[in-house]
Amino acid sequence: MRHIISILIENEAGALSRVSGLFSARAFNIESLTVAPTEDASLSRMTIVSTGSDDVIEQITKQLNKLIDVVKVVDLSEAAHIERELMLVKVRAAGKDREEMKRIADIFRGRIIDVTDSTYVIELTGNGSKLDAFLEAIDRSLILETVRTGVSGIGRGDRILKV
Amino acid sequence: MQLTGAEIVIRCLQEEKVEYVFGYPGGSVLFIYDELFKQDKFKHVLVRHEQAAVHAADAYSRSSNKIGVCLVTSGPGVTNAVTGIATAHMDSVPMVIISGQVPTAYIGQDAFQECDTVGITRPCVKHNFLVKDVRDLAVTLKKAFYIAKTGRPGPVLVDIPKDVTNQKCEFEYPKMISMRSYNPVVKGHGGQIKKAVQMLLDAKRPMIYAGGGVILSDAADRLVKFARSLGYPVTNTLMGLGGYPATDKQSLGMLGMHGTYEANMAMQNCDVLIAVGARFDDRVIGNPAHFGEVARKIIHIDIDPSSISKRVRVDVPIVGNLPDVLDELQKLLEASAGVPDAKALATWWKQIDEWRSKKSLKYKQGKEIIMPQYVVEKLYEVTGGDAFVTSDVGQHQMWAAQYYKFDKPRRWINSGGLGTMGVGLPYAMGVRFANPKATVACVTGEASIQMNIQELSTAKQFRLPIKIINLNNRYLGMVRQWQQMFHGNRYAESYVDALPDFVKLAESYGHVGMKIERPADVEPALREAFTRHKNDLVFMDFLTDQTANVYPMVAAGKGLSEMILAEEL
Repeated sequence: MRHIISILIENEAGALSRVSGLFSARAFNIESLTVAPTEDASLSRMTIVSTGSDDVIEQITKQLNKLIDVVKVVDLSEAAHIERELMLVKVRAAGKDREEMKRIADIFRGRIIDVTDSTYVIELTGNGSKLDAFLEAIDRSLILETVRTGVSGIGRGDRILKV
Repeated sequence: MQLTGAEIVIRCLQEEKVEYVFGYPGGSVLFIYDELFKQDKFKHVLVRHEQAAVHAADAYSRSSNKIGVCLVTSGPGVTNAVTGIATAHMDSVPMVIISGQVPTAYIGQDAFQECDTVGITRPCVKHNFLVKDVRDLAVTLKKAFYIAKTGRPGPVLVDIPKDVTNQKCEFEYPKMISMRSYNPVVKGHGGQIKKAVQMLLDAKRPMIYAGGGVILSDAADRLVKFARSLGYPVTNTLMGLGGYPATDKQSLGMLGMHGTYEANMAMQNCDVLIAVGARFDDRVIGNPAHFGEVARKIIHIDIDPSSISKRVRVDVPIVGNLPDVLDELQKLLEASAGVPDAKALATWWKQIDEWRSKKSLKYKQGKEIIMPQYVVEKLYEVTGGDAFVTSDVGQHQMWAAQYYKFDKPRRWINSGGLGTMGVGLPYAMGVRFANPKATVACVTGEASIQMNIQELSTAKQFRLPIKIINLNNRYLGMVRQWQQMFHGNRYAESYVDALPDFVKLAESYGHVGMKIERPADVEPALREAFTRHKNDLVFMDFLTDQTANVYPMVAAGKGLSEMILAEEL
């Protein structure tokens, strides 16, 4: 099962390596990991997407909680939540492909944020499968470069992860 | 008052009432050593290798519940210490390690004696810190001591760059510390404890399985009271020996890979199991799938939530500090209207006695060759069962655990989790510093003892009257045993050749050496060592049977009830 785990961690040097080291040392899987400071600069928020049986996910959350710098851990996927990922795609956009590329980007509510005579950079936000679908929808041979941020997630409604 | 970083380190250690610092100087810690030189509130023990400093501090802690402290320099000082730190971490021993680091401006420049200490030690400490600003030093050291001893204990490392030890700032040692990210649980969940009491009273075939947590949390007295009020059988793990008196009639001895027949059979066949500060280690329950084939209810008390349901699913998890939880359990038990099912219990004990009658630890001592088990039995007799016994790792460790009947906690000091050869002698040193009048025996083998043999020099300098019981079988015994049993008698590299003359070796360090080759000489030699040479370090080199194996044995991957007994071979 795929889980999205959100962590509030003290924003100290080495915090990321404590978390990533834990995952590699205990053979836990990481699909994606994002991290940035929160509105309180002393705290960082991390979102980790991992897959594993219930037992493994239980161990992951317990082991994360055990890290001294970790303030809070929540498995977002236990309840209603929203997940988003940002992707930037540089594509070849020349001749007949130029109009078609813009059309597909519009369908996916992507925005073209950089233009040259022969290329576009398209910005796309959504959950992972939407981003995958976009890449499927365009002619693969036109993709020059892609960069994805990994998943960020937040609980719906009153579910709040805060100190 | 303005103090330098080095002065602050010393003051913090004094504030923490540290008695001994085990260490080895070097470039990055020279300012600290300079301040250490100027004070006399605590003593420094100069070891001969940093690994031994950490082991000694570790045993100081294990044998007293005071916090062991060590001080090492940057680079090789730290890397030498890593084995010791990992050893303490695996057995949850509270310790503080202070390491020097190259000056902050040099970090990352591949400076002389630089290493990424925080990175190298991260996976084998409870927590670590790099102090980049002298103003953070006192509070960081306070945090280090606090983290080391609270919750599930463990080693904490503080890495201090050399320039920080020479900068000044105002010193104030915090009285209290609170961390929003670290709040260990103390009290267990009331509802769960209530459930546990009912489950215990409903049991037909109950079993108490007590681990190292009992020792670490000083809960042995409470465990004894709890077990006696129920009348249930108790088994101890290797780390838990002494947590329940081995000579008590409710004790089934040690369980696990080399546990007694009765302990393993009772563990496998019980219907209600209460795990007290134990973690269902692979050397304890064998194959978890085989263990799970028998339906039983499991209650698990542990301070570390991640130990619960890690290898075995439990029915009633209780996260909390053992003494608090045991007190609560006892209170509810005494207030409860229910009592244990006497009839079922009598049947259960009858079954256990049948298992006991197998006498799974029996062995034959002939007239010619010394059996290693016999040496440990005689050691037990000669010391009246009252010694602190340290061991190294291998067959001798198992024989010491099986045949020295520990009745008190903190008397059995060994590396259970990491299984580090070479701990025995530095452990004995640490024990003796923590317990200056104690009788200390180090049960070791000719291979293990050579992994930290240089400490004979430290032991001489500090006049530590340790008795080294060297069970010399000229083999890496446990490796040889596995090769015999599982690798077709191909003894790859397990023969120990070109051994030193241990008697002369001991004498060259200024100690007493003895060589014992005949069974009849074992007891007299031990008596002589522990009486006439009471105040000397005595290296007793016992030439023992080369083919002796440790039994019973649960082979790796097998189930607890699939033991190999000595008589079956």
